[in-house]
Amino acid sequence: MNTTLGTVLWVIVPYVCAAIFLVGHYWRYRYDKFGWTTRSTQIYESRLLRWGSPLFHFGMLAVIGGHVIGLLAPKGWTAALGITDEGYHVMAVGLGLAAGLAVVVGLTLLILRRRMVGPVFRSTSRMDKLMYAGLALVVLTGTANTVVGNIIGHYDYREGVSVWFRGLFFLDPHPELMGAAPFTFQAHTLTSSVLFALWPFTRLVHVFSVPIGYLWRPYVLYRSRDTRMGERRGRRGWENVEDGSRTP
Amino acid sequence: MRVMAQMAMVMNLDKCIGCHTCSVTCKQTWTNRAGMEYVWFNNVETRPGQGYPRTYEDQERWKGGWTRKSNGRLALRSGSRLKNLATIFASPTLPGIDDYYEPWTYDYRTLTDAPLQEHTPVARPKSLISGRDMAIRWSANWDDNLAGAPELANDDPVLRKVSDKVKLEFEQSFMFYLPRICEHCLNPSCAAACPAGAIYKRNEDGIVLVDQDRCRGWRKCVTACPYKKIYFNHRTGKAEKCTFCYPRIEVGMPTVCAETCVGRLRYLGLVFYDMDAVLPAASVEDEHELLDAQRHLILDPEDPEVIRSAEKEGIPHDWIEAARRSPVHSLINEYRVALPLHPEYRTMPMVWYIPPLSPVVDAVSETGEDAENRNNLFAAIESLRIPVEYLAELFTAGDTGPVNDSLQRLAAMRSYMRDINLGRETDEEIPRSVGMDGESIHRMYRLLALAKYEDRYVIPPAHAEQAHSLEAYAAGCSLDTEGGPGMGGPGAGGSSRGGPVTGGKVSLPTPRVRRPEDGE
Repeated sequence: MNTTLGTVLWVIVPYVCAAIFLVGHYWRYRYDKFGWTTRSTQIYESRLLRWGSPLFHFGMLAVIGGHVIGLLAPKGWTAALGITDEGYHVMAVGLGLAAGLAVVVGLTLLILRRRMVGPVFRSTSRMDKLMYAGLALVVLTGTANTVVGNIIGHYDYREGVSVWFRGLFFLDPHPELMGAAPFTFQAHTLTSSVLFALWPFTRLVHVFSVPIGYLWRPYVLYRSRDTRMGERRGRRGWENVEDGSRTP
Repeated sequence: MRVMAQMAMVMNLDKCIGCHTCSVTCKQTWTNRAGMEYVWFNNVETRPGQGYPRTYEDQERWKGGWTRKSNGRLALRSGSRLKNLATIFASPTLPGIDDYYEPWTYDYRTLTDAPLQEHTPVARPKSLISGRDMAIRWSANWDDNLAGAPELANDDPVLRKVSDKVKLEFEQSFMFYLPRICEHCLNPSCAAACPAGAIYKRNEDGIVLVDQDRCRGWRKCVTACPYKKIYFNHRTGKAEKCTFCYPRIEVGMPTVCAETCVGRLRYLGLVFYDMDAVLPAASVEDEHELLDAQRHLILDPEDPEVIRSAEKEGIPHDWIEAARRSPVHSLINEYRVALPLHPEYRTMPMVWYIPPLSPVVDAVSETGEDAENRNNLFAAIESLRIPVEYLAELFTAGDTGPVNDSLQRLAAMRSYMRDINLGRETDEEIPRSVGMDGESIHRMYRLLALAKYEDRYVIPPAHAEQAHSLEAYAAGCSLDTEGGPGMGGPGAGGSSRGGPVTGGKVSLPTPRVRRPEDGE
């Protein structure tokens, strides 16, 4: 691959997207805590959601776990744990396929539900649609990676994509590694970069609100009254909520 | 002993005529917004009836409130913390919009824009959920005044507990209204279920609020509240609830529902409670003892030791004075006529009710007997088993004793005061038979029958100087006012249809007080 294009795609784009991701989250949290929500639609429909949402989310948790191990752990680490390359491969493909299937089925159900159920579709923003498109692309190319790279062909991403990915963090990028990767891996990397750039501006921010602290905190919280009585703090989030009560 | 102040309410059901003024004024004040069309922070239910949302009292189905485990600790009926997190992606028992009702508007424009035609144009109902034409099949108040009762009232979870054979007789003879707001519980299960920790109880006045900036829309509170008084705003994706009109309470004004109540049946005042005693009281084994446990939890504001502890906790002097004059305290613990709604949910609700005597009076009048004669009334309370049992299922976990006591005191007040009104010799045996004396009957009469504004609402204003003792202070900037240089810019563009703009800094004070024993 042309080196200039390689640098743009595998160095500049990832860094720019990462910067948007980080700064975007800071900005969103700073100025839009009120908009920071899962924006659940369960009140409209829960029969499809009951299957689709857990399938997608639990599948996604497994997928994220797989990515953390696959991208961040060098071969030497798993080898030190006594896991052979073959063993790792079988595990990765097995678990990866199962999780990928759950995510694909779950996401399909969720997208169908979003389109078919009137009230759910009505509450879907333009940003939601963009996010769903991005998510679907990333999931499809990712599943294709498992199939194309591990079952049909053989591409050892742990010697390629993973090394490139870790290099980004050490400011030691190796675009040539990505240039040598199969097309589905390249597509997956690019689409996920874009998704990461979209992330802070979508409902995906709720990922960073995983309420793990709930397991340890006291049941009932007490807080003191907001002390700035009578003082206006500027417009609050809910003052801008578009009025849906007008006659359609 | 750690004394805390709680702003609480009592409603005198005898006086409720079911006019829904409280609901309407509350709606105009708080929930006339997008996403809240189906929400009534205050609603008035006809009893017997299914309530709003439908059959919400059936906790086998809706999983609200607490249960007592065999080891004596409390657990959320909706499940442990782990289960709550594991089911976070799709809530297993969340009421859908149909369990409330599908809100609608009318296509009013056709009334003016329709072309000339033979028939008058019609404004069709349009769903505010789907935007389409809809058939109206239910609303917040569909079974008002027992409408459709022969079919609908049978699904009243409270009526089901009262034995089957008396149902029909009961429906013919008995009906009353039950206005409901958030109970601002001492042991709120909604707050306990909130994964994000967005729901909190205020130290100063016990009002339970949802921090809109912290809520992430996990919806666990909706399931956990046994009164179903937390609502999901389907436009903003956040939970909302009755605020006890805290901006009004803070400046010494009554809540909107109380202020506009034409029957003047609501009472507002402070009660002191011992924070350390809340969990033990909520955990007593016998459900019939929950009422007494809850009464004991409320401290006597005349007790010097209570006053000393209150002062030690930093409760201002005028608040202590207000607690001593509190109509709520006297109705609960002095006259003992007010009862909590569903104490068996173990949330220690702080909106109390004086059970209605008037159905009993009506029943006596219909027989042609003197309905204000003490003996007739007392006998009727005893013999009208069904209404009393029904009231007991609402207010005392099925124990008819306290309901009888309360009704008899109300009956005694009627008989005793009638003698005075007719210029007859008073019968001191009447107050004695219900454990009162003439003077306390007089005072109760003044509070319940005359119900002067200043007696009904004893609300000490909030104290700004308390502010300086709070570490949460100083999170904001003085330039951070509307239009000021520190004002925040617009929020993330278009990520949510609801327009997610928030201006200015938002301080998130950290929880200050922790309870010593937090049961799992």
